[in-house]
Amino acid sequence: MSEHIVSPKIYLVIFLTLMAGTAITVWAAFQNFGKFNIVIALAIATFKATLVVLYFMHARYSPKRTQLVIVCSVFWLAIMLALTLSDYQTREHTVSHLAPPAIFNLVRT
Amino acid sequence: MHRTGELYGHFETLEQQKESAALGMWIFLVTEVLFFGGLFLTYTINRHAFNTAFGAGSNTLDIVLGGGNTVVLILSSLTMAMAVWSAQVGKKQLVSIFLISTLALGTVFLGVKVIEYKQKFDHHLIPGSAFDIRYRSKHPTAADKPEEIATEKEELEKAFAKDPDLNAHAQLYFSLYFGMTGLHALHMIIGAGLLVWLIKGSFAGRYTPQYNTPVEIVGLYWHFVDIVWIYLFPLLYLIDRHR
Repeated sequence: MSEHIVSPKIYLVIFLTLMAGTAITVWAAFQNFGKFNIVIALAIATFKATLVVLYFMHARYSPKRTQLVIVCSVFWLAIMLALTLSDYQTREHTVSHLAPPAIFNLVRT
Repeated sequence: MHRTGELYGHFETLEQQKESAALGMWIFLVTEVLFFGGLFLTYTINRHAFNTAFGAGSNTLDIVLGGGNTVVLILSSLTMAMAVWSAQVGKKQLVSIFLISTLALGTVFLGVKVIEYKQKFDHHLIPGSAFDIRYRSKHPTAADKPEEIATEKEELEKAFAKDPDLNAHAQLYFSLYFGMTGLHALHMIIGAGLLVWLIKGSFAGRYTPQYNTPVEIVGLYWHFVDIVWIYLFPLLYLIDRHR
């Protein structure tokens, strides 16, 4: 069989990188980067997710048609996020101008 | 269905069969990406609208438990990947050992989640008529450090000054917290069930260098669940920690 076998050494290096990523995420959350806190958190998470997909899930060594399906999932997700968020961004009445959802008004505080 | 050994009749080779199975699994995972994506979208819109309440809610979570669980889950992904490797190189005993380690780590994750949910019940942080984000600061127990409670009280007063409807809006945060972590945990429970099935097969010596498709496919699912948590941890636990 011609399948690619990823060596334990690569798995270990990926694991250690993921651990370092987790540590940096926690550290960065306690620093005040203003608006960039969320950007940094998402950038690290996306970097970690990419490593998992490429190595743990063998995407790097998969046939092109499998890789195409993976890229498509990111593409569909981007469409959903971009179109919905642009809709919310360009409306006069955003969610924050609404009263609390009616169901929560029944709640005693 | 015609079947020779592990090879089904409609495939030419085991390799072709495995590639088809992986492709099918990936297509399923695409639907999962969009399924969780909808929740992340709901989260984004509400966090943007109710930033103060999401920060206050997030600060009630325990970073040590959440961060520890992140380590446990990533470690379980490593053992899962190693189970695939063991099958590929024909080390049958190692397959069982790594699969059992993965199941054990998954169980630890779910156990920690139970502890966290219990804390939220105790602190009246379940959305509903008894929800009170001030509950813990109003009713500290002997185990709570007084200075910690004082800080929490002060932070909550500041948050209420910014958002008078904090108690209502924080329930949106906790609805998403329980919804997203709950669905993630459900995926873990299903994964644990699949692992039990794999372990049974590994005891029978089913997985070999020629045939290890089930280990590979369940591995894809397990790593996907890991990726969901990689996003959930910073988004739920690490909002507004720099104060």
